[in-house]
Amino acid sequence: MPLEIRTYNELEGGADLGDQVARQQQRVDHRLESIAAVIAVMSGKGGVGKSLVTAALATALASSGRRVGVVDADLNGPSLVRLLGVEPEALPTSGGSVEPARTIDGIALMSMGLLVRDGEALGWREPEGAGFVWRGAQERGALREFLADVAWGELDLLLVDLPPGTGRLVELHEMVPDLAGTVAVTIPTPASGDAVARSIELSRRRGIEVVGIVSNMEGARCGACGVIGPLHSGSAADELAERFDAPVIARIPLDPALGRAADEGALGRWLAGTDDTRARIVELAETVGRVVDAARRAGRSA
Amino acid sequence: MKFLCVDCDEQMAFEERQLPGDGTLAAVFRCPACNRMTAMLTNPMETQLVSSLGVKVGGRTVPEAPFEGIRGGVASGRDDAFEDADAAPGGPVRVTWSVEAIERLGNVPTFVRGMVKKIYTEYAKERSIEEITPEIMDRARTDLGLEGM
Repeated sequence: MPLEIRTYNELEGGADLGDQVARQQQRVDHRLESIAAVIAVMSGKGGVGKSLVTAALATALASSGRRVGVVDADLNGPSLVRLLGVEPEALPTSGGSVEPARTIDGIALMSMGLLVRDGEALGWREPEGAGFVWRGAQERGALREFLADVAWGELDLLLVDLPPGTGRLVELHEMVPDLAGTVAVTIPTPASGDAVARSIELSRRRGIEVVGIVSNMEGARCGACGVIGPLHSGSAADELAERFDAPVIARIPLDPALGRAADEGALGRWLAGTDDTRARIVELAETVGRVVDAARRAGRSA
Repeated sequence: MKFLCVDCDEQMAFEERQLPGDGTLAAVFRCPACNRMTAMLTNPMETQLVSSLGVKVGGRTVPEAPFEGIRGGVASGRDDAFEDADAAPGGPVRVTWSVEAIERLGNVPTFVRGMVKKIYTEYAKERSIEEITPEIMDRARTDLGLEGM
């Protein structure tokens, strides 16, 4: 005669795992209520200068009076701490929140570069040889905590600098369903165009607006005479623009002055100058700023 | 996971938790009627997988703390990455920088900026100064003999 066993739900207590996961998303939603727009900077390919574009864009937007935050979602290769000129120091925690680092220009920043020991790779506590099983979940959790647990305050824009590849865009969009858009960064080469096309296609497929395409390293500016000469072959940005009916919103040359300013964490000072590359960054910021202003008018934070 | 004593048809009560090693979590339960005890041994990989999602096996008993997953999971984290700003009065002073002071710090070459900032911050903490301003920087330079920084 079979035993009559009661069901799990007839007994008291339980792990409540479903509710715990739901509450995690509620924390993200609640935190982002005070942010008018979240925009992801993506490329799909590494080495195209995406983080530099993010840093310059954030600085230019902050210089225009907008309240800007930056999430460095490249957890394994964070570079925005240096590019934005932030000195890692203890981040105050209070009332369930972590204060972001702040740049001289007032940009709020959260990056794994603030949390991991200098010169060390991001490593997780995990049994040797088996970390691949849950490393993805831990990284997703870290991105969620960057969004949910940081005291971002009232922001006009939160820029999220995505790592190469397309996976983190999906994770971000799952956490932030009303992403205001993506900015796709490419260099002119066909290989870059192929990789960035996948990101744009994914963005479109998920219903995320592509704000525009940034053609980075489109020529190289001579540090002595200022003339822009050829650098890469190809015209990836124009081909992507035609294929996806998306605008090219900036053409930025490889510029020693810009690179030097970023290395020194002095983009704000560089933006106060008058050269042509700076004007292109400011124009890019104005384009993105219009998207932000539209999002604010739409009352995302209402 | 719950346990039912089949003989008594009683839900077994949680008795104690142990971490015997290799990542195993041992949860011991006792039947309130017959006192029979049983230990549930978790699969370390499954336990880690669940905790990687940021959820607590057995349910939460305290609210989620900020950066709980990062603080508990990152093995290469800086020891001084966080500072508890809610620490009891009499604890370390939390030093902030005025906008003018930050701008002035921006004039310091990048490769020594961190060290210089630390010197000024320590100076302020030792004197219970809560905000570093250009005037405080001037005073520190004089007091510490740091002309040129």
